[in-house]
Amino acid sequence: MERRTVFHHRLLPILLVAPQFLLTVFFFLWPAGEAIWSSMTRQDPFGLHSQFVGLDNFTDLFEDPLYRDSIGRTVVFMTAVSLLSMAVALLLAVFADREIRGRGIYRTLLIWPYAIAPAMAAVLWLLLLQPQIGLVGVWLNRHGIAWDYHLNGTQALTVVILASAWKQVSYNFIFFLAGLQSIPRTVTEAARLDGAKGWRRFRTITFPLLAPTTFFLIVVNLVYAAFDTFGTVQALTQGGPGKATETLVIKVYRDGVVNLDIGSSSAQSVVLMLGVVALTALQFRFLGRRSDA
Amino acid sequence: MKRRTLLTGSLALAASPVAAQAAKTPLVWWHAMTGANGEEINRIATGFNASQSAYEIQAVYKGGYADVLTAAIAAWRANQAPHLVQIFEVGTGSMLAAGPATKQVWQLAQETGVALDPALYIPGVRGYYALSDGRQASMPFNSSTAVMWYNKDAFEKAGLDPEKPPATWADTVAAARAIKAKEAASIPVTSSWLIWVQLEQFGAIHDLPFASKSNGFDGLDAELKFNGAGQAKQWQRLADMSQEGTFKYTGRDTAPDAVFYSGQAAIGFGSSAGRGDIVRNAKFRWGEALLPIDTEVNPHPINSIIGGASLWTMTARERTPAEYKGVAEFLRYIGQPEVDAHWHQTTGYVPVTFGGYEKSKADGYYQTAVGADVPIQQLARGTVTANSRGLRLGRLAEIRNILYEETEKMLQGQQTAQQTLDAGVQRGNRVLRDFQKSVGG
Repeated sequence: MERRTVFHHRLLPILLVAPQFLLTVFFFLWPAGEAIWSSMTRQDPFGLHSQFVGLDNFTDLFEDPLYRDSIGRTVVFMTAVSLLSMAVALLLAVFADREIRGRGIYRTLLIWPYAIAPAMAAVLWLLLLQPQIGLVGVWLNRHGIAWDYHLNGTQALTVVILASAWKQVSYNFIFFLAGLQSIPRTVTEAARLDGAKGWRRFRTITFPLLAPTTFFLIVVNLVYAAFDTFGTVQALTQGGPGKATETLVIKVYRDGVVNLDIGSSSAQSVVLMLGVVALTALQFRFLGRRSDA
Repeated sequence: MKRRTLLTGSLALAASPVAAQAAKTPLVWWHAMTGANGEEINRIATGFNASQSAYEIQAVYKGGYADVLTAAIAAWRANQAPHLVQIFEVGTGSMLAAGPATKQVWQLAQETGVALDPALYIPGVRGYYALSDGRQASMPFNSSTAVMWYNKDAFEKAGLDPEKPPATWADTVAAARAIKAKEAASIPVTSSWLIWVQLEQFGAIHDLPFASKSNGFDGLDAELKFNGAGQAKQWQRLADMSQEGTFKYTGRDTAPDAVFYSGQAAIGFGSSAGRGDIVRNAKFRWGEALLPIDTEVNPHPINSIIGGASLWTMTARERTPAEYKGVAEFLRYIGQPEVDAHWHQTTGYVPVTFGGYEKSKADGYYQTAVGADVPIQQLARGTVTANSRGLRLGRLAEIRNILYEETEKMLQGQQTAQQTLDAGVQRGNRVLRDFQKSVGG
């Protein structure tokens, strides 16, 4: 049964929709339109000469091996961040879902990191891992492990993945915990009576029943890793050493804000926008179908 | 977002002076100076405000050099540009192409009738910020050059003569090995501004080209040339030293400064403008020395080039002639011998006017502050050539970043020195061509 509200006048619905509509126009449609326009021009930094170049910026972009590398790097980064943060969150959620003393405290503490600004999270990790001043960094070097993420690309990537994943664990934890709690106890009880032990019960009963939550979180985490990690990466490595941690958003920032190459940077933003559209469409399609069923 | 902050910021600035002193015209000056140098900026602003009653200079710290350039451009596009902005030397190429966004010094002098005589300024400094016909584009302000800072305590511990800093690269390598062998410091050698000091300055003092067309001074179609044999030798040396543990890369731009100030590094290359902070922070005996030379590359070193920044006058639609007059008065104020000499003596930037230098000599400054004239000697050495006048390339900051990236790859052992510089030339030339097209050259 669908519920339908019927308005008898035209004005009220328009008034109700207007604020949201205006917000969308001013904060999304207008800037997005300007980005699309800029992506088809070549401008000097001050905007004195602007020349329409069609799709030149896009062809230049995809012909640039450095941009293709950056796409590959971003995919690796997104996958690693999503996998790590979701795996850790799921583990913690499963334990926090049990009957243990002080459950509320654990849950509160685990949700805490979510409230920390990305740049702050980066500073916390810097204080741990920085090779000259970080607790862990200094300890590693003292014990003969050459730890220097300023120069070692793999280590740098590891650091930004750790910091970014850590920040997202809380969010995933909340959803997994809610998901676990919504699994009917009768199902798990029945499995227990049939003699299914911990791991088997998790693999065959709990995990499949968590699938909608998991799928939702995969999409959210991929979007998070692609876009919201800018602050963390910028504060930790600025995309270096070399280009080892230069993800697509870092590159947009570098080319647009630092190098003032407005055309190319806008083209990159448009590509990213298409990426989000695709991910969102995917989510609606699959999750939408599930709720219909 | 940026526009909004700018808007509220300028509203606040516009509102406050009205209440306090209605008569004074506020002039906003964006700068990038922190620490001892930032305090000096505020002192200059206070000094100017006290010296006359018509204008009020408001010095605003806007982040690092690159941030200030970006902020100034964004502000101009939003018609919110500050009156005066401090732009680092590598931004000069971009600012020269800014046309109506700036009012160059010669224009300002002409329109306001305030005498701003470039002849008061030392040629090596003024030339960097002048048009090819000699007209002054921006006002020289803080100029430094690269020097070698060294820790005398560490030198002594390593059995080296603390009063005899290495003059050649062969000696530098030997000293670094001694420091490492004796464990006199945890890091024998590090370098701030790696690209500026070890590539741009190295090229200038050894008379090697960085780019064609007199390093870009003679045209927008210049091509990069820094992958010659001399520079490749220098870059290979850094790679080798890094390999054997005598050189340590401790980050881009100014990040390595702290490693020397804290006493961890025995030799720290950097800007002569670090002097103010070293005087204040270093808990060890230190010395300031000329950049070492490589006698095999060129036994007769010439002048190094300046770094630092100059002041650009920016425009906005409703800006009045009175405001421009105030800016011109301020520019004249900072060129006075007392102001320039004080700035030089407290910060480590070189004097930019003849008057400031003469005043510092008359003050007996160089007798008390040993080594403070090292940058001046280095800047004045030999005859200026097309390779040592400076660099005038669009988007040079981006080219430096490319070189950082490629060099970081080299130091990880992924490529040789020659490959690094070749890649830098290739990627950098693409940036130069893009810039050339974007400004319609």
